[in-house]
Amino acid sequence: MRRAVYDYVASQGREVGRNEAAEAAGVQRTLAAFHLDKLVDAGLLESGFRRLTEKTGPGSGRPAKVYRRAPGEWQVSVPARDYRTLALALAETVDLLGGDERAEEAARRAGSRLAERGEDLGEVLRRRGYEPYEEGSRVRLRNCPFHLMAEEHPLLICSMNLELCRGLLEGLGEDPERARLDARPGECCVSFSKTNEH
Amino acid sequence: MHLAQLNVAHMRAPMDSPELADFMAALEPIYKISDATPGFVWRLKEGDTPQDLIQHAYGDYLVVNLSVWESRDTLWDFVYRSAHLGVMQRRREWFLRIAEPYTVMWWIPEGPEPTLAEGMERLELLRAEGPTPRAFTFREFYDSNEAAWRPAAAEVRK
Repeated sequence: MRRAVYDYVASQGREVGRNEAAEAAGVQRTLAAFHLDKLVDAGLLESGFRRLTEKTGPGSGRPAKVYRRAPGEWQVSVPARDYRTLALALAETVDLLGGDERAEEAARRAGSRLAERGEDLGEVLRRRGYEPYEEGSRVRLRNCPFHLMAEEHPLLICSMNLELCRGLLEGLGEDPERARLDARPGECCVSFSKTNEH
Repeated sequence: MHLAQLNVAHMRAPMDSPELADFMAALEPIYKISDATPGFVWRLKEGDTPQDLIQHAYGDYLVVNLSVWESRDTLWDFVYRSAHLGVMQRRREWFLRIAEPYTVMWWIPEGPEPTLAEGMERLELLRAEGPTPRAFTFREFYDSNEAAWRPAAAEVRK
């Protein structure tokens, strides 16, 4: 239940009111509010107050409580594992050696192993944490699974991510050119054409 | 305070050669994006068209870009979160790989525009001393308040 509420708010990429979350999860408003506030307590969501209608002045009511995904990042690993420190050191090594083209080739191969021929692209992207959504003729990605790395080494990581996505398409048996760099603030750097026409 | 940024690149071939044609063609759309990005303040221009590269005395094959932004985030969003990313990704086709830093940032008072000579000095400073509040990078960034108090603190120690 709480998971469904979180998934809904996270997938909207904007502020969501209690009524809307309740409707989406198919539960009472008070129950949705309970879970929303628990998610805020856990640091997974942020809350604020905003007027959801255009009305202002007396009679417009008090502002509604709204929720959106918290910007922080949570990682749980039992037993303890630390891949980030090593990944950052390796990225720096690639930079120093000027090995970005090799790194992109490796990312492409890795991507092609992550998808099976005939699988659904959206499903594969969801499974990998990209949070795909449709916009016009393209599929965009709300989440960057490599965010921390991309903040430190944006050129290398975004180029590797593009090749990884192209590898995924190859694994699916699709045209790799459906993926291209299409960076936007706060989202992943890659988008896909919905069809084979780019 | 505003954030000034200089970046330099060594062309692999003359600007009017076929090797550089795609780069020259990318200038106009990219400047359109930079100039319309929220937080963009100013950039150094040479002539009336985007293809008029900045003239200078630092070498024939050196392309320079000097611009001013309201904050780190606005500059970041232009450099890495716009169509500029795709152009940067192709940099190896047009420019030589250089082992030393090729981009530098520093804080300036709002109003007066920085000069290319000042930018080249900051780049030299970064190359000589590594990132400091007077010359730094995205990865090792200094806030404007640090940039404001650190040089003063250094004076006191002398």
